[in-house]
Amino acid sequence: MNWVIAIIKVVFIWTWCLLWATVMTWAERRGSAMIQDRLGPNRAGPFGLFQPIADGIKLFTKEEFRPKTARKILFNLGPILFAIPAFSAYAVIPFGDKIVIGGKEILLQVADVNIGFLYVLAIGALAVYGIVVGGWGSNNKYSILGGLRSTAQLISYEVPWGLALLAAVFVYGTFDLRQIALEQTGTFLGFLPNWGVFKQPLGFLIFTVAAYAEANRVPFDLPEAESEIVAGYHTEYGGMRLGLYLFGEYVNLYTLSALCVTLYFGAWNLPYIDMSKFLGPISYGIASFVVFWLKVMVFLLSFIWVRWTVPRFRYDQVMRLGWKTLIPLALFNLLITALFIQLTV
Amino acid sequence: MEVRRPTIEDWDNPGDLVTINIGPSHPAMHGTLRVIAQTDGETIVSAEPEIGYLHRGVEKLGEHLTYHQFIPITDRLNYCSAIANNVSYEMAVEKLMGIKVPEKAQVIRMIMMELARIADHIVCIGILGVDLGAFTPFFYLFIQREEIYEIFEWYNGARLTNTFGRIGGVEADLPEDFEERWRKLLPNLKKAIDETDKLLTHNRIWMDRTIGVTAFSPEDALSWGFTGPCLRACGVKRDLRKDEPYCFYDQVDFEIPVGKHGDVFDRYIVRMIEMEESIKIIDQAIKIYKEFPPDAPLMAKVPKIIKPPVGEVYSAIEAPNGELGFWIKSDGSDKPYRIKIRPPCYMVYQAFPELVQGEMIADLIACLSSLNIIAGELDR
Amino acid sequence: MGLKEDVQNTLGELALDFLECQGDLSVTVPKDKIVEVLTKLRDNLGFNFLSDVFGVDNSVFYEKLAKAKAKKKKGEEDKEEEPQGPPPPRFEVVYLLLSLETNKRLAVKIQVPEDDLVVDSVTCLWKAADWPERETFDMFGIRFKGHHNLKRLLMWDEFPAHPLRKDYPLEGQGEERILEYND
Repeated sequence: MNWVIAIIKVVFIWTWCLLWATVMTWAERRGSAMIQDRLGPNRAGPFGLFQPIADGIKLFTKEEFRPKTARKILFNLGPILFAIPAFSAYAVIPFGDKIVIGGKEILLQVADVNIGFLYVLAIGALAVYGIVVGGWGSNNKYSILGGLRSTAQLISYEVPWGLALLAAVFVYGTFDLRQIALEQTGTFLGFLPNWGVFKQPLGFLIFTVAAYAEANRVPFDLPEAESEIVAGYHTEYGGMRLGLYLFGEYVNLYTLSALCVTLYFGAWNLPYIDMSKFLGPISYGIASFVVFWLKVMVFLLSFIWVRWTVPRFRYDQVMRLGWKTLIPLALFNLLITALFIQLTV
Repeated sequence: MEVRRPTIEDWDNPGDLVTINIGPSHPAMHGTLRVIAQTDGETIVSAEPEIGYLHRGVEKLGEHLTYHQFIPITDRLNYCSAIANNVSYEMAVEKLMGIKVPEKAQVIRMIMMELARIADHIVCIGILGVDLGAFTPFFYLFIQREEIYEIFEWYNGARLTNTFGRIGGVEADLPEDFEERWRKLLPNLKKAIDETDKLLTHNRIWMDRTIGVTAFSPEDALSWGFTGPCLRACGVKRDLRKDEPYCFYDQVDFEIPVGKHGDVFDRYIVRMIEMEESIKIIDQAIKIYKEFPPDAPLMAKVPKIIKPPVGEVYSAIEAPNGELGFWIKSDGSDKPYRIKIRPPCYMVYQAFPELVQGEMIADLIACLSSLNIIAGELDR
Repeated sequence: MGLKEDVQNTLGELALDFLECQGDLSVTVPKDKIVEVLTKLRDNLGFNFLSDVFGVDNSVFYEKLAKAKAKKKKGEEDKEEEPQGPPPPRFEVVYLLLSLETNKRLAVKIQVPEDDLVVDSVTCLWKAADWPERETFDMFGIRFKGHHNLKRLLMWDEFPAHPLRKDYPLEGQGEERILEYND
C-alpha cells in the first residue's frame, strides 16, 4: 500500500511542478506584458492560457537539430543532466502538512528524509553539469562562454547560499525540512509569526539573492545573456532539447521558491491561525497544500517582477558581489546566529 | 584609479587569445554590424569592427538620380530619424542654388526635426536598456515613439521613411490639429521619459554597468571626429544648433547638456536631457509657428527641373547622432556630380577599437548601443 | 571675407587656387604638401577638427566643362585654369576642416593624377582620417602613405574595382558572382 501512495505522490508532485512551470511561462509573458504596457499572448484560449501548450507542441515537433561540429554524446546529455536534478530536487521538500484518508495518515511530501536539506544542496549543485556539458558539447564559443559563466556563477553563489542555509539549520536544529516546517508555528517574540524570516532576516536576503543567481534569472542571467552571448549555453539547442533547458529552469524556480517558503515563510502555516484546530483531517490537508502553494506563487511572481525591472550585472560584478559581499555577510550572519544560540540556549 | 588596459602586445603568443566573432547576425549587433574581438577570458584585448554589410552605394546612386529623386534615398541613411536626413540634404541643395526657404517652412522643418530627434533618442536609449538586460523602459519609450510616428503619418503619410520636405520648402502645412495632437502626446511622452529615468538612472546595477565604462577624453573624441551626443558626453559643448544656427534655432531657448567622462552613462544621460530640451524647442517653435498667417508661403520659387550652377558646397546640421553633412558638387546638370555624405556615427564608430579595448564583452555591447550606430548611415 | 586672406597669408604660395561657392571656401594645395598644409592650418588658423576626407573623380566633370566651354565661347581664347597641355589630374581628395572656436569651415583639396595615386596620410594629425581614407582607397583606389591599416572598408577585400570612379557602371560588373564561399 505504501508504495502505491508513494507513486501517487511522485506522479502528483511531478505533474504539479510541470504544470506550474508551464503556467509560469504563461505568467512570465503575460506578467511582463502587464509591466510593459502590452497585452502579451492572448489568442490561445482564455487569457492566452493555452499558449504554453502551443509552445510545448511547437518544441516537441521541431527538428532536433544538432550542429555538425557538436560533440554528439555531450550535446545530447546536456539537457538531460540539467533536467534531472531540477525535477528530482523537489523530492524532499514538503508541499503540505498531512492528510488523513481512511484513518491513514499521508504526509504531503515525497520523501521525509532527515537530511533532506543536504539532498537539496547536493542536487542543486549537480545542475551546473547540465549547463557546462551542454555548453561544451555545442562546440560554439558563445556556448562555452555561457557555460563558463554559469559554472563560475553557480559555484560562487553556492557558497553564500549554503552558508545562509546553514544559519537556518542552526536556528531550527535539524536537517529535516518537514521538521523545520513544523517548527514555524505559533508566534515569535509574542507578536510576530514564528517564521524563519524574522529569525534570519539577513539569511533570507542572502538566500534570495543567491537563489536568483542559482536560477540564472535577471539580474544574474549572464549565462544566457541574450544581447552579449546570443543565448549562452543553449545557443545551439532547439526543439525539445531547448525545451528541457527552459522547463528545467522554471522547475528550478518552483523548487527554489518552495525551499524559500519552507525555510523562511512558515511553510503551510498561516500567521496567528492554527488551521488544524478547526479543520477536518481531509480539509486541513487540502488547506495546508493550498496555503503552501499560494506562498510559492508569490515568490514565483516576484521572480517575474524582478526580471522585468532591473538590468543585468556584468560578469566581474557578479563575482564581486558573490565573493566580496555575500560570502562575508553570510559568514557574519552565521557568526551572529551561532553566538545568539550559544547565549540563549 | 587608472587601470592599465592590456593590449595585444602583452601576449607572447596571440594564439592564447580567443577570437570571438560578434555579428553580423547577433542580437546586439543591430542587424548588420560585425566586430571581431580577441578576448582573454571575458576581457577584450582588441576589437576590430567590420562594416559594409549594409552598403548600398548611396553616393553612387546619388550621381545617377536627379536632385529630387535623391530625397527618398536619404530616408534610408539614419532610418531612425529620416526627417533630419531629408532636411540636411535639402538644405545642402538649397545652399548650392542659393534658395532662401520661407520662414514658415523653416519652422515646420524645425518642429519635425525635433520630433525626429526625440524618436531617435528613444530608439537609442531603449536599445541600450535592452542590451543591458532592462527590457521594460524599451516598451515605455517605444509606445511614445509610435505616437510620434502617428504624427508623422498624419502629416505626410509615411511613418519611418518620411521623405519630408521638398527642395525649397515643405510640401504641406502642418495639419490643423497638430498642436492638439502634440498636447495630447506630451504628458505621455514626459511620463515615459520620467519612468525610464526612474527605472534606470539611479538604479545601482545600471550605474555599475554604465558609469566609467568606455570613458573617453575630449581630446581623443575631437581627434577621432566625434560629434553629437557622444562628443557632448565627453564634455565638449558643441552643438550645431547653437554654433551654426539654421532654421530658427537661434530664436528658441534651450540648453546643451554636457557630460564629463564620456562613458556610457554620460551618453545615456545626455540623450535623456536632450529629449527634454527637444520638447522645450517644439513648444517654442509651435509658438513661432502660430505667428505666421495660415496662407504664408511654404515653398520658395524653385524651378521645376533643378539645375544648380557649377559649384560645390558643404552643409551640415545637427542630426540626432551628430553632425550630418552633405557635400554636393554640381556640374550644372540636373544630377549631382558627386554627393558625399558625412554620417555622424561613421566617425564615432571608427574609434570603437580604442573605446572598448580592455573592457569586457558585456561592455562592448553597452558601448555599441550607447554610440547609437545606425548601419544605414554607417555604410550608406 | 577675412578667411580667404588668412588662408592666403598662412599658406603663402602653397595655396594654388581658391574656389568660393555660396560662402564655402575651398583651397587647392600641392599634393605632396598636404600634411604640411593641414598642420599649418590647424596650428595657425585653429582649424582643429577634421570633418571628413573623401575623393572625387573629376574625369567626366572636365569633359563636360570642356564641352560647355567649346559650345559657348568659340571665339574667345581660353584664359582660365584649364591648361592646354597635360590633362588636369583626374582625382581630387577633399579635406573638410572646421574650426571649433570660430565655427568656420574650409575645404582643402589636392589633385591626384591617375598615374600617381599615392597621397600622404593625415592620420598622424587626426585619428578621424582613419576610415575616411580607407573608404577613399576603397572607392577610388587612392593610396594613403603612412596609413596603418589601409584595406577596403565597405567592399569586401577581393573586390576588383573601385566603385565610385566615374567609369564604374551603376549596375556593377557582376562581382558578386565571382565571390567564393569556403565551407
